[in-house]
Amino acid sequence: MDLRVTIGTLELPNPIIAASGCFGYGVEYDEIVDLSRLGGVAVKGLFLKERDGHPPPRIAETPAGMLNAIGLQGIGVHRFVREKLPLLRERGARTIVNICGTTLDEYAEVARVLSDHEGVSALELNISCPNIKEGGIQFGCSLVGTAQVTSAVRKVTRLPVIPKLTPNVTDVPSFARAAQESGADAVSLVNTFLAMAIDVETRRPKLSNLLGGLSGPAIRPIAIRMVWECFNAVRIPILGMGGITDATDVIEFMLAGSTAVQIGTANFADPFVWNKVLDGLDDYLRRHQMTRVTDLIGQIDTSPRKEVPV
Amino acid sequence: MLRNTRLSDDYNVLTLAAPQIGELTQPGQFVMVKAGVTIDSILRRPFSIFEVIRERERITAISILNKRAGTNTRALYALETGDQVACLGPLGRPFTTLSARHAWMVAGGVGLAPFATLAESLASSATPMTLFYGARRARELFYLEYFERLGARLVLATEDGSRGIRGLVTVPLEVALAELGSRDAAMIYACGPEPMLEAVATLATRYGQPSEVSVERVMGCGLGGCYSCVVPVRDAANESRFVRSCIGGPVFNGADIMWEKC
Ligand SMILES: Cc1cc2nc3c(=O)[nH]c(=O)nc-3n(C[C@H](O)[C@H](O)[C@H](O)COP(=O)(O)O)c2cc1C
Repeated sequence: MDLRVTIGTLELPNPIIAASGCFGYGVEYDEIVDLSRLGGVAVKGLFLKERDGHPPPRIAETPAGMLNAIGLQGIGVHRFVREKLPLLRERGARTIVNICGTTLDEYAEVARVLSDHEGVSALELNISCPNIKEGGIQFGCSLVGTAQVTSAVRKVTRLPVIPKLTPNVTDVPSFARAAQESGADAVSLVNTFLAMAIDVETRRPKLSNLLGGLSGPAIRPIAIRMVWECFNAVRIPILGMGGITDATDVIEFMLAGSTAVQIGTANFADPFVWNKVLDGLDDYLRRHQMTRVTDLIGQIDTSPRKEVPV
Repeated sequence: MLRNTRLSDDYNVLTLAAPQIGELTQPGQFVMVKAGVTIDSILRRPFSIFEVIRERERITAISILNKRAGTNTRALYALETGDQVACLGPLGRPFTTLSARHAWMVAGGVGLAPFATLAESLASSATPMTLFYGARRARELFYLEYFERLGARLVLATEDGSRGIRGLVTVPLEVALAELGSRDAAMIYACGPEPMLEAVATLATRYGQPSEVSVERVMGCGLGGCYSCVVPVRDAANESRFVRSCIGGPVFNGADIMWEKC
């Protein structure tokens, strides 16, 4: 069974990637997940400097999903390359670094630092975190901003550049197009949906930040729709995500047009999800007498339905 | 699930066939547990490992102490023998026991959970120990014989005065601290509601005794992946830094937590 997929110049052994912010820096999972077996590992969003993030409570469960407002707590890019990257490299992980910035210069600087180090496979541009005002969403909610960040990073790196798009806009495909035209090798979508929950007994918001991002199965149908719309709008590969919990969900995202997928919240619920998904994917291909996973990409059948005899 | 022992209308002890977890358990560590995914909740919940159960010298199971409160704990209360639960562990940083001359364990309610294995370990090193244990009422004080059998002195407190001292467990704790005299004479371990932990850590510092507290924060994954369970901890420059309680804790030095930022 051939599970290989390619994202720009990057070849992955399979399309299953750990989603940013849901897998620490990867090294936290070293004891229980074979990092080299994953298609890739997208590490937690990194700024140039360390950040402490929002006060707790930072998460709340909601129907079939969760809200989070972590506020991009992180160790900064320099500590990352010193303290985390060596192990990821040693394990043979294909590390996708999720980068953040408050300015175009910061995105470019973080990208430059990472491009100087072996062991980074691609850069995912976080222009879509809904939880902090000055952390990229101001770029990700404007077509011009999306283009600016993409070109600023494109200029300083030869690594694959993958802007990560927000679903909190009316027309996601126009953002995918803006990314493509500015030199992106692929796009990731979706980040979380801006949302809110209130404890009715205490009348307090469930998150200290008031607002947070919704992830998990609750968002899956909307994410599928957005991936499908973008697939019809751009030529570059799509890394699809939003509520994937098993192989069926992976296949749904691929049929909608994803070349690869990412899994976030489901890894919290079950950190052994990875083997389950990879085995399930294999089973599906076998059952459908297919040999290449790439034959699923965008293969939703939208031909007219046959009349069902009464 | 081997056995569900209901201690009261709210509390139960679940015995889980997880000998491998038991083999590795150090006092103060936890497991991430889920009785079943529902529309309301997909995430696991952290539970202190309560007992490591041995039969004829062999470790056969672990148990967790559960208190019925939300969706997940209600499901765990209702389980029947033979039901399956997801259980991952042991996780987190355990209590340190080396320096303890006299060990004082301070438990509030379901915060009794980490002290059964701690008491076992202290007993095996013949460390003198006292359990300060507070609950709402007498019939919510559990496992007293268990701790007595291990040689622990018990100091009990109930909010309604139905057993022991009337009031919070920190009241008799402060009395005992005042009588202690010398610094670093006792190692204080605490687990319970956060206001209790803050009070214990503050008292310990005031009376010159070291303390370790086991915190319980809203936890997403238990493995360091999500950064939700953070606690503000003092760094070398006396600044507050958020530390993940799943891998940097759940046990922290009481004096390191910046309680005013909690
Ligand atoms: C706790 C948490 C933290 C996240 N942190 C990041 C992040 O640092 N950068 C990022 O691009 N996306 C972040 N995300 C978004 C996820 O990568 C993903 O886009 C989203 O959760 C949808 O996928 P899922 O439903 O599988 O979780 C985070 C999500 C969660 C739940």
